[in-house]
Amino acid sequence: MLMAILSLTLLGTVLGFGLGFAAKKFHVEGDPLAAEIEALMPGSNCGQCGFPGCPGAATAIANGAAPVTVCPPGGKALAEALAAKLGVSVDLSAVADEGPKIAIVAEEICIGCCRCIKVCPTDAILGAAKQIHNVIREACTGCGSCVDRCPTEAMTMQPVPVTLQHWVWPKPAVSTATPALAA
Amino acid sequence: MTAYLLLLLSTALVNNVVLVKFLGLCPFMGVSKNMDSALGMGLATTFVITLACAATWLLEHWLLAPLGLSYLRILTFILVIAATVQFVEMVVKKSAPALYQALGIYLPLITTNCAVLGIALLNVQEGSGFAKSLVYAFGSSLGFTLVMLMFAGLRERLALAQLPAAFSGAPVSFILASLLSLAFMGFSGMNFQ
Amino acid sequence: MGFMERFFKQPRWGVHPDDHKRPAADAALRVLPLPARLFVPLQQHVGGPARPIVLVGQKVLKGQLLAEPQGNISAPVHAPTSGIVSAIGEITAPHPSGLAQVAITIDSDGREEWITRDPVADPFALAPEEIARLTAAAGVVGLGGATFPAAVKFNLGKRLKVSTLIVNGGECEPYLSSDDRIMRERADEVVDGIRIIMHAIGAKNALVGIEDNKPEAIAAMRKAAAPFGDVKICPVPARYPMGSDKQLIQTLTGKEVPADARAAEVGVLVHNVSTCAAVHRALRRGEPLVERIVTVNGGAVATPGNLFAPIGTLVSDLLKFTGTNAEPSRLILGGPMMGTILPHGRVPIVKGCSGILAFDAQEAHVPEAGPCIRCGSCTSACPMGLLPLEMANHIRAGDLDGATRFELSDCIACGCCAYVCPSHIPLVQYFSYAKGELQSRERAKLRNEATKRLVEQRTARLEREAKEKAAANAKRKAERDAAKAKAAADAAAKLATPAATPLANPAASAPASGEGVSA
Repeated sequence: MLMAILSLTLLGTVLGFGLGFAAKKFHVEGDPLAAEIEALMPGSNCGQCGFPGCPGAATAIANGAAPVTVCPPGGKALAEALAAKLGVSVDLSAVADEGPKIAIVAEEICIGCCRCIKVCPTDAILGAAKQIHNVIREACTGCGSCVDRCPTEAMTMQPVPVTLQHWVWPKPAVSTATPALAA
Repeated sequence: MTAYLLLLLSTALVNNVVLVKFLGLCPFMGVSKNMDSALGMGLATTFVITLACAATWLLEHWLLAPLGLSYLRILTFILVIAATVQFVEMVVKKSAPALYQALGIYLPLITTNCAVLGIALLNVQEGSGFAKSLVYAFGSSLGFTLVMLMFAGLRERLALAQLPAAFSGAPVSFILASLLSLAFMGFSGMNFQ
Repeated sequence: MGFMERFFKQPRWGVHPDDHKRPAADAALRVLPLPARLFVPLQQHVGGPARPIVLVGQKVLKGQLLAEPQGNISAPVHAPTSGIVSAIGEITAPHPSGLAQVAITIDSDGREEWITRDPVADPFALAPEEIARLTAAAGVVGLGGATFPAAVKFNLGKRLKVSTLIVNGGECEPYLSSDDRIMRERADEVVDGIRIIMHAIGAKNALVGIEDNKPEAIAAMRKAAAPFGDVKICPVPARYPMGSDKQLIQTLTGKEVPADARAAEVGVLVHNVSTCAAVHRALRRGEPLVERIVTVNGGAVATPGNLFAPIGTLVSDLLKFTGTNAEPSRLILGGPMMGTILPHGRVPIVKGCSGILAFDAQEAHVPEAGPCIRCGSCTSACPMGLLPLEMANHIRAGDLDGATRFELSDCIACGCCAYVCPSHIPLVQYFSYAKGELQSRERAKLRNEATKRLVEQRTARLEREAKEKAAANAKRKAERDAAKAKAAADAAAKLATPAATPLANPAASAPASGEGVSA
């Protein structure tokens, strides 16, 4: 009885010290994965994902708390890059990618208050006090921060129109009839 | 030397730990979606099994048997295996964070992988020497890695196939596993004499 | 099959569809009566769309510049007839999407009044650069269907020291015969164009590849090319896709163009016979590319044949002229293998349009797709040596990177695989979808990088502004402190009460609030 207690105690102590030492030796500073993921993110800190900025989202993705499809501005391309990084499979058809949206100024309502300019994470809005503002199409990430700030609701999110250059062939529909088992 | 080679071959193929002894089915079904993570899992398990077998052999022959504490075998073995897995987890997290993420819950679950405990216990039952039990453990875990890789490769191909809805996903994987198992049963006809 | 191939020296790749070229190819060229209204799209070429330089209501002459090129790879657009510019608006583009495209509408005045043309008497006396410039100004693009600006290709060939000009008279697509017709009726123009292009790119010889199912064209071209030793007419076996440049180069020269490389890198340049004729017209007559030969064929066409029509003619006008037996079940611009299905007839023909097919119900029938039986027919048909079934499997499962590993980027979308597929799987559509999707992901990635750059610039700007503000505040504070000290000194001198201390507070809090806004 005493022998059993003693040997188990000894074993536990030795393994405990061994693991303690290993934990010191192999200590990982921060989360290298989160840092790598953050490097992939757009970095605009727009907050559409519901996390505090891109670093927050990167940590959540690294912990598995958020899916790789969490970033709307990143779209399918980012989801795929993240899935490849994490080695997980992702169903891209489920990504709500109903096309990117960008902010558009309704020129007849804009009062030129400059509030939207201050919140735009990519400096995509052009304008000055008492001048009608405009959105630079190529720079807008569609984060929607400006929509909330606009006092006159002149800012709206509009889908980017599909042009001949951007049109993509649809995926062929796979016939719903499954192959017959007996055949 | 021939004896060791035969032992390696027979533990890896003839008495394959997954497909003949049906041990370690949890990672076999769980981490076999793609080749990369299957290989990572196989290597991690190989490391754990070999290390755990060496440790448990020493434990059994130097501590438990001389003191007549063989009834503590399972308890102490699990302790050693759990510690080894913890160690492997730290190493993987440090050296390959992406693999760590991919293996996910299955990495700590190596602890409860019955193949690990099973091989350690079988080793003791055989009563073989240290070197032989190491080869036994290494051969078995090689067999595990081989089967993981084969199954993952097949499942990668299977993911592209157009299947009836009732079969896609897990059902067809089970059918595939059973066919693989049948194929491995064929190795029992090999005669090494 | 292996034995037969060795015997007849047939290429191992490709398919041999029933060509349906006759009787349309044998009917003499007809000139389309001038339509009342023409719609000239601004983008009829690869590259940037042209920018209109005419105004609505302006009177234009035939051949007058309507829109000028934008960017390095672009082409101008000219008026196909004389008349009034009645609108600059949108019209359905000859594109599988059926989306709209900007076009200039011209109401013809019926007089066909040309601008003053400036023909070159001896193009061979001109510098090669001058020929490229004149060709670019005439808006000549590759008329085989690729519509790549011809002059850009001239300069490329000149730069890469191309020795052989390959002239594509293959016309391997079934039903089409516009190249056949131009070689039969205007062989002299084609050969002259070939020699001008040879001069422009510095090529020593030219090989004209013509499929052996066009004996009349071969005879006509041989006769026209007889005086010139450096232009050689080479009949090639009729096999689809012989008209694809990589296949034609391999058949004629034995050289294989590497993947991701241009033909010019193996010392050859490919131009279509119709392009050669257009170059001849641009230089010898000073006429920009405003008309072309269009094959109108298909089961629903009453009098199939080739028409000489101005660019911008509506497909419905062409069909009205040829007449239809029945309501066409499907309209196709281009050939049946690689052409574009048109949603309706109100689509203008463009420079790259070699034919219009109006199919009857029987021709248009597409059997329902079945599951892949892994027969491998597509693999042996693929002229690029790819594995269409594997690529399609990966694409169907959503694994586009997997398809890329099977060299999806080398696919020329010729349609051989889908043609031979016994399960009628729309393989080409899978590949077109995957290519488009990969491109849009590439665009998204670039966009992401651009966003990152913008954010960094913004952060840098905010930091700089905060720093400048802080510096300005510190300076102001220092001035104020100095003033205060001076005031205190004055006050002490005057033995007055200490003043101005509250002033220090707003000065101290100002930089803090400034940082709060920028953070």
